[in-house]
This record gives sequence, C-alpha cells and structure tokens, in this order.
Amino acid sequence: MSFEVPDDRKYLESHEWVDDAEDTARVGISDFAQDELGDVVFVELPDEGDELAAGDEFGVVESIKAVSDLYSPVNGTVTAVNDALADQPELVNEDPFGDGWMLEVELADDSGLDDLLTADEYREQIE
Amino acid sequence: MTLRKPPLRDVHDAAGATFTEFGGWDMPVEFDSIKAEHRAVREEAGIFDVSHMGQIAVSGPDAERLMQKLTSNDVTELGRGDSQYSMIPDEEGTILDDTVVYRLPEGDDAEFLFVPNAGHDEQMHRRWTEHRDEWGLDATVENVTDEYAMYAVQGPDAPELVSDAADDSVLDLSKFEGRYAEFAGADCWTARTGYTGEDGFELIVPVESAEAVWDLLDCQPCGLGSRDTLRMEMGFLLSGQDFDAEDDPRNPYEAGVGWTVKLDTEFVGRDPLERAKEEGTDDEFVGIKLVDRGVPRHGYDVTDTDDHVVGEVTSGTMSPTLGEPIALGYVPSDFADPGTVVRVVVRGQSKKAKIANVPFLSE
Repeated sequence: MSFEVPDDRKYLESHEWVDDAEDTARVGISDFAQDELGDVVFVELPDEGDELAAGDEFGVVESIKAVSDLYSPVNGTVTAVNDALADQPELVNEDPFGDGWMLEVELADDSGLDDLLTADEYREQIE
Repeated sequence: MTLRKPPLRDVHDAAGATFTEFGGWDMPVEFDSIKAEHRAVREEAGIFDVSHMGQIAVSGPDAERLMQKLTSNDVTELGRGDSQYSMIPDEEGTILDDTVVYRLPEGDDAEFLFVPNAGHDEQMHRRWTEHRDEWGLDATVENVTDEYAMYAVQGPDAPELVSDAADDSVLDLSKFEGRYAEFAGADCWTARTGYTGEDGFELIVPVESAEAVWDLLDCQPCGLGSRDTLRMEMGFLLSGQDFDAEDDPRNPYEAGVGWTVKLDTEFVGRDPLERAKEEGTDDEFVGIKLVDRGVPRHGYDVTDTDDHVVGEVTSGTMSPTLGEPIALGYVPSDFADPGTVVRVVVRGQSKKAKIANVPFLSE
C-alpha cells in the first residue's frame, strides 16, 4: 500500500507533519499514521497561546482501537487549532494533509524545522 | 508463544486484513474500517471469522448430567437443536467463562456442543474430563476446536443471505435454534445465534470446507474490532475483560447475567450463588455514557462527583451507531440507577458521565 507523502512538508519519526510556511506553519499527522490508527473518533488539542517545544506532547488522537499521543515537530506558539475536528474527527482520516490539519504554530526563531525528516527520508521510514 | 491461526488466516491477510493477538490466536481485527464494518452489520450484513472460539463436544449416556453439573443454566430445557447462553462457574460461583450450549439433534444419547471463549478450550476440556472422572460419569468429551472453523453472519440481510447460500432454507429457524445445513457440499452446524444484537447465524464449518463456505457467504468481512463495538452497544460481556476469574472475579449476579443461573438445578457453584442472590451484590454491571468529550477505555476509574473512586470501566468505546462515548463497568449498587451522575477519569482528566440503560441500542 502506498501512502501520500507530500514533498512540501517535513516530518517527525512519530508521524506528525509540518508544512513549509515561513512564519506560521500548520501541523497534522500523516496519511500513514491515520491509516495505522484506523477510524479517528476524538482529537484533543492544546489552547491558542500555548507554547510548544519540538518533541513535546501537544495532544492526543484516539481511534476506535487506539490512543496515540501527538508530538510537536517545532518550537513555537499555537495561534489556531482546527475546531472542525471536535465534531468531525474523521477529517483526519479523510484528508490528513488538508482539512484534517490540527494546529497552526507561529514558529520561534529557532523553529527546529531543520532537524525534521524530509519527505524522502520519511518515505524511507514508512516503507 | 506461537499464536494459533484460524484456517483462513492467509486468505484474510491477502484480503488486506490487519491482525491482533486475542486469546492466543492471531485474528483479523479489521478488514476495511471498524466503522464501515460496524455499519454493514447494523444496516446490511457482515461476516466474522470467529474460529478462535472453542468447540467442545460432549456425548454419551451421561452427557446431559455432565453439562447440567458444570453450567449454570438448565440444559434439560433444551430440545434437540435448541441452544442457551450459560455461565461456567467455579466452586465459589465465580464465572470462569460464558458459553453457548447447543443440544445437537442427532444420536440416541443427548449430544452437546458448547463454545467456550478464545484460549479457554483446553481449560474447559480438562475441567469437563476431570469432573467426569471424579463423578464416574459415562460421557465422551472432545476438544474439536481445531477441526472446525466458525463464522458469524450478522445483520438485517444476514438471514436471507445465509439461507440462499444453504442447500435448503434455514429461515424457519427461531432465535437460539439450529440444525445441520449444507453449504458448498459441507454439513455445517447452523444456529440462529450471535454476538452483535442483530439477526443472523453462526456456522460451525468442517475445516476442510472453511474457504469454500467463507466464499459462499458473500458480504462485508468484519474483524474483531467491529465485533467489539457491536457487542458493547448491546451491553454483552467480553470474557477476560468484563469478567476474569483471576484478575476481576465476578459472579453472574454482579455481571448482570443472573438470569442464566437456575438455582433449582444442581451444579458446581450453586450454593454460593444462592447465597449471593439472597444477600445481593455490592457491585453491579452497568452502562455508562460520557457527557463530556473523550473516549472511555478498559481500566479507567469511575468516581463519584467528589472524585472518590467507586468503580472501574471494563469496556469502552466511541459508539459508531450513536456517535457517543459509551462504556461498561462495575459500580456499587448505590450508583447503579440509570441517570446517576458519575465521573470517568480519562487519562488523568475527570469527565462527567451518567449511568445508562443497557443495551445502549434498543433491540
């Protein structure tokens, strides 16, 4: 089975992605991760204004069969969360790189983006 | 430990199923998606490979006596082809396992087949043979688990589907009634039983015909994931989770299945169960609905509104049918009335919840 791995993102080994926006970046989980989890039924996200450090837990995604912690790929401040996931957690399954996004983060100067996996490196990990 | 494999393990793998260890068996947990499989069973039909369930055959002149003494229900009520849900208690009345007992229609002596849970077949075979020998009864007890596959076809369309696949119609069978029917040239025990709350059949299929019969019953393949969400919506017990003789010993009255105990029969555990019925139980098995957002899971604490732990969730999920978080578990009788406000501790956060009627879905 082949999974979508967009080239315009960077990835954590724990399957979160961050897009390559310069100041404010979106964060979500990968196509591979949503497939592994199965039907997502609940997403717990932080509050706007929360400070995140790369590698910190920022929330939880739950499928019918599993609970999984979410880790921040970057350093920064949460400026928005995807409220649609409260009522439609299935968006994470349906469109993990689009409507199923989770956070917007204003990147700190030392965002940590350079430490993340490229799309090619992430593809290699999930193959 | 090597996992036991259902006869069609490789067929399910080729169909894209994912697998999980359950009761020592390597079983399909999901074929497409748990929600899709769940929906198929509630709205159309789905087929489960439940070959991990044990099959123990009991025959001979004293078969009925042996069954009566080791199960809590009254097997003498069963006509040939009838079946009943029953408990297997120990000497203290603790549930060792729950089971369906079938009285098979053939033979001069009463012949029984009962279905213990995954991984319990050897234990139950041993229990039956040891008690038979101790009591000097004339009965043959065979563990035939590895000789049969077992399938459950469930859902509103299941009866027509199963009947069309059989050589002769089985639509006339009532709930908990069964007979041998021919599928793909194989004689299969076919009973109107199941674990989803839907109409449907369970088939016990000779292992050499396992694939031919599976192929004949053409509907949504379903894994243990949706089997679990379906049974939770109905409030049905899961052995090893909602009761466990070692980790969470419960008697049938606590577990809400006191109706399977027939105290006017003689069976192992009868006297302690009579006392339990007279004295009442401290805990009751209840349904719980979360009011706050979150998903209740096995092992989460149930507290009162002052955060004192009063009970525990034994099973929980997000109900695919209701779109609401539901749970099963034990609370003290004082908290067991539907509508009582309690709290469930979900990963350290106290969430508002209410005791609810089970089944969560009306039958």
